[in-house]
Amino acid sequence: MPTKQEILDLYFMAARRDLIEIAAYLDRLDRHDGESDFREPALHRALEAMLNPGDKRRAEAVLLALSDHSETPIPAATIQGAFGAPRD
Amino acid sequence: MKYIEPHGHMVSRTTDDYQKMAMAGCEAICEPAFWAGYDRASVDGFYDYFSQLTEYEPARAAKFGIAHFCWLCINPKESEDAGFAREVLSLIPEFIDKPSVLGIGEIGLNKNTKNELAIFEEHVDIAKRYDQPILIHTPHLEDKLKGTKLIIDALKNANVDPSRVVIDHVEEHTAGLVLDEGFWAGMTLYPESKCTPARAIDILENYGMENIWMNSACDWGISDPLAVAKTALEMGKRKYDKQTIERIVYENPKRFLEQCPNFKI
Repeated sequence: MPTKQEILDLYFMAARRDLIEIAAYLDRLDRHDGESDFREPALHRALEAMLNPGDKRRAEAVLLALSDHSETPIPAATIQGAFGAPRD
Repeated sequence: MKYIEPHGHMVSRTTDDYQKMAMAGCEAICEPAFWAGYDRASVDGFYDYFSQLTEYEPARAAKFGIAHFCWLCINPKESEDAGFAREVLSLIPEFIDKPSVLGIGEIGLNKNTKNELAIFEEHVDIAKRYDQPILIHTPHLEDKLKGTKLIIDALKNANVDPSRVVIDHVEEHTAGLVLDEGFWAGMTLYPESKCTPARAIDILENYGMENIWMNSACDWGISDPLAVAKTALEMGKRKYDKQTIERIVYENPKRFLEQCPNFKI
């Protein structure tokens, strides 16, 4: 198994890049006019879940924050695709 | 390094991709029936698709020394019209005995609707009637957690042997649900969603390497037919030895697929 130092060598730069991408995306969203939608607060909840995952691993906590937690089938599909975050 | 691509939608790839996969060490490709990027207008469209899966693609793969197998079903994206879906289901018995058919798949859910679930359960009935293994698609993104739970409940209600079922597209929030119930799990390596190579290896480290495989899915969307080979390289960077890597990319899928009488390499 790699050491922590080796994991840093392998993945730090990619994680740094991805973190800056998220920051720039949030800035971009702030800068532009118009209405936002449910996806914006969902991402903020997911960021909060990453920082405070409780008893979950961080990736699992983020995915759970971006998941539909209802339990019964819906009557019918209105679209075929998915948005990446549940509607409030 | 030799590997098996246990889930690739080769109907949407060029012949060049077969060549690249052969050069990367791919010995077998298993192609589940799925959405073609558009809704088919008639049952005849599915008849042609099943013919393509069972006749044309095995011949195209064989030119590069790759064995090609397939799974049959109507996918959940096209199952919302239950009447149409049942007409497609009626085609399956005509194709089920073809020499490269592995079982029923990839069945599952897309938007977690009542009709999708009903057609899923009818597919499971067919699999039980013909004693076929099952390959399952779990929904995308926000729908995956709920869909995975509904699928597991339906399989338990149907008393299906979990060791003959692989539930695909697991991620960090669903891998444990699947494996803890005794099913096989598949991880799909996509550039923009599902798993990256690094995350797939993390899942192996967190959930074990017993009943799990990885695949590229390589379909009509943004995807990489060499994703399994690239993840094998990534495992090397993470200091896994060749034996362990081969276990994940070759021995594990072989062990599950050998439950299908037609799977021989």
